[in-house]
Amino acid sequence: MAKLKLPTPGEALDRVRDTEVWRSIFRPGSIFRRGYRDTSRDRALATMNNVLYHLHPVKMKRHGLKLTYTFCLGGLSFFLFILLTITGIYLMFFYRPAAELGSAAAYTDMQNIRTSVFFGDLVRNLHRWGAHLMVFSVTLHMARVFYTGSYKPPREFNWVVGVLLLFLTLGLSFTGYLLPWDQLAVWAVTVGTSLAGYSPLIAKQANFLLLGGVIVGPDTLLRWYVLHVLALPFVLVIFLSVHFWRIRKDGGISGPL
Amino acid sequence: MARDDTSLDQETFDRVLAEEVAKGADRRVAEGRARAAALRAARAKSGEGPAATPATAPAAGDGGAPQPAAAPAAAAPAAAAPSTAAPAGGAAPAAVGVAAPAAAVAATLTAPERQAPAPTGNVPEPKRGAPEKHRLLALVPPEGIQRVEREQGDRINVWPHLLIEEFVAMMLVLGALTIFSTFVNAPLRELANPNLTPNPSKAPWYFLGLQELLRYFHPMVAGVLFAPTLVLLALAVAPFVDRNPSTKPGDRKIAITLFTMLLMFGAVLTIIGSFFRGTGYNWVWPWAQGVFFEL
Repeated sequence: MAKLKLPTPGEALDRVRDTEVWRSIFRPGSIFRRGYRDTSRDRALATMNNVLYHLHPVKMKRHGLKLTYTFCLGGLSFFLFILLTITGIYLMFFYRPAAELGSAAAYTDMQNIRTSVFFGDLVRNLHRWGAHLMVFSVTLHMARVFYTGSYKPPREFNWVVGVLLLFLTLGLSFTGYLLPWDQLAVWAVTVGTSLAGYSPLIAKQANFLLLGGVIVGPDTLLRWYVLHVLALPFVLVIFLSVHFWRIRKDGGISGPL
Repeated sequence: MARDDTSLDQETFDRVLAEEVAKGADRRVAEGRARAAALRAARAKSGEGPAATPATAPAAGDGGAPQPAAAPAAAAPAAAAPSTAAPAGGAAPAAVGVAAPAAAVAATLTAPERQAPAPTGNVPEPKRGAPEKHRLLALVPPEGIQRVEREQGDRINVWPHLLIEEFVAMMLVLGALTIFSTFVNAPLRELANPNLTPNPSKAPWYFLGLQELLRYFHPMVAGVLFAPTLVLLALAVAPFVDRNPSTKPGDRKIAITLFTMLLMFGAVLTIIGSFFRGTGYNWVWPWAQGVFFEL
C-alpha cells in the first residue's frame, strides 16, 4: 500500500501559486507570484503592475530616500487620512447626527460608542487623536516643503494646491469637532465660528451659512456632519489626486539642496 | 528568445570595457558598448547569425541598388529601401535621391558619435487622385517632439527601497497612535447645554492662535483681515513672489527668516492661548493655576 505523501508547506504554497486563479490575481512582477526574481526588471514590474504602488514612479532619485529631507511627512499625512477614513466609516455605523432638545441622539450614540460598541472606544480615540496628528503633520509637511524651497518652479502650483489641502484639513477637523455634541464640542465651535463672524459686511450672512441658524443648533450638526463625512472628503480627494499627480509631473521629489 | 535569457560573453565584455575606458569614454557609455558587444558575441557563438551590423549595410552599397543575398542581415534593409522610394516614382531616380543622405550617413559614421541627417523640410505631397489610405508612417519634424531632458543622476528602484521605508514609517505611526489611544481617552463632556457657557470657552487648538490674537487687535483686524485671509493668501502666492531660483538655505535668508517668524508667531500664540489662558480667558501660569486646555 502506497504511503500517502503530504506536501511540505513550501510545496503546498507553490502549488497554490501555480493555479490559474492565483496567477490571474497577481500580475507579472508581483512579489506574491511565483518566479519573482530580485532583478531590475521585476522590481520595475512590482511598481508598475500594482494599483497602489502605481502612485509612485518606477525609479526615483536616491536622495529622496533620505529621511531627514522629507521626514515622510506628506506620506504620513496621507496615511492618517486613510486611517481616519477607515475609523470614520466604522464610527458612522453607530452615530446619528440628530440633536433635538431633550433627546440628543448624537450624544447618546457617543456614549454607546464608548461603552457598548465593539472596540468603539479605541476606534473613536484613534479617530480623534489621528485627526489632531494629521493637522499637525500637514502643517509640518508645509514647513518642510518651504524650508527645502520645494515650492519653486516648476512646483508653484502644487504648493498652492497644498495650501488648499491644509485649509481643507482644518475644515475637516473643525467640522468633526462638533459631532460629539457635548459641552466641549458645542462651545468650541461657538467660539470658533464667532471668529468668522467678524468678517466685514457679510458677517451675519457668513455665520448664518456656517451654522444654518443664528446659534449652534441641530441644523448646524446635520450640516457639519454632511460636510465632515461627505462634502469635504470628496473635495479633499480631488485635490489630493491633483497634488500627487503633480508631484510626478513636476519631476518627482525636489532637491537635493 | 527573451532578452534576459541571453547570456553575455564575459570575455568580450571585459575586453571591450577595458578598451572603451582606455579610450576615455564615460563609464556608463563604456558599459553599454561592452554589453552590446558581449551580447553580439554570445549570439554569434550560439549560432544566431550576425544581426549586428544592419545599419552599415545600405551605406556600404554606395547608395545604389543593394545586391540581393549579399548577406542575410542586409536583406531586411534592402527590402525596406524600395518601398520608401516608391512614392517618388521609379526605382532608379529614387536611388539617386537616397544617395545623398546615405553618403552623409556614411561620412558621419566615421565619426565616433552617430547622428541623424539634418531635416530637409520636404514633406511629400500625396499624388493627385491617389486613393486615400491610412498609413502608419508619419513624418515627425524634430521640433514636434517634446524633448525630456533629464539628467541621469543616481536613480534607484522605488520597490523595494522607498516602499519599505514608507511601510516602516506607517507602521511606527500606527503603532504609536494605537498605544496612545489605548491608554488615553478622548474627552467626552456632559451633554451640550446652550444655556450654560463653560468658563473658559476655547476654540479647537489650531484656532487658539487666532483667538489669542483677538485679545490684542480689533476683531476686524484679527478675525478676518489678518489671520485667515492674509496668511493663507500670502502662503499661496509665496512661490510667485519669491523669484529667487536657489534652494540653498544660504541664498534664501530672507524667505527662511520670514517663514520662521510666521511659524514662531503662530506657535507662540497657540501655546499662549492653549496653556496660559484660564477662567475668563485671563492670563494664568499653568504650573500654578493649572491647565485649562482640552483637545
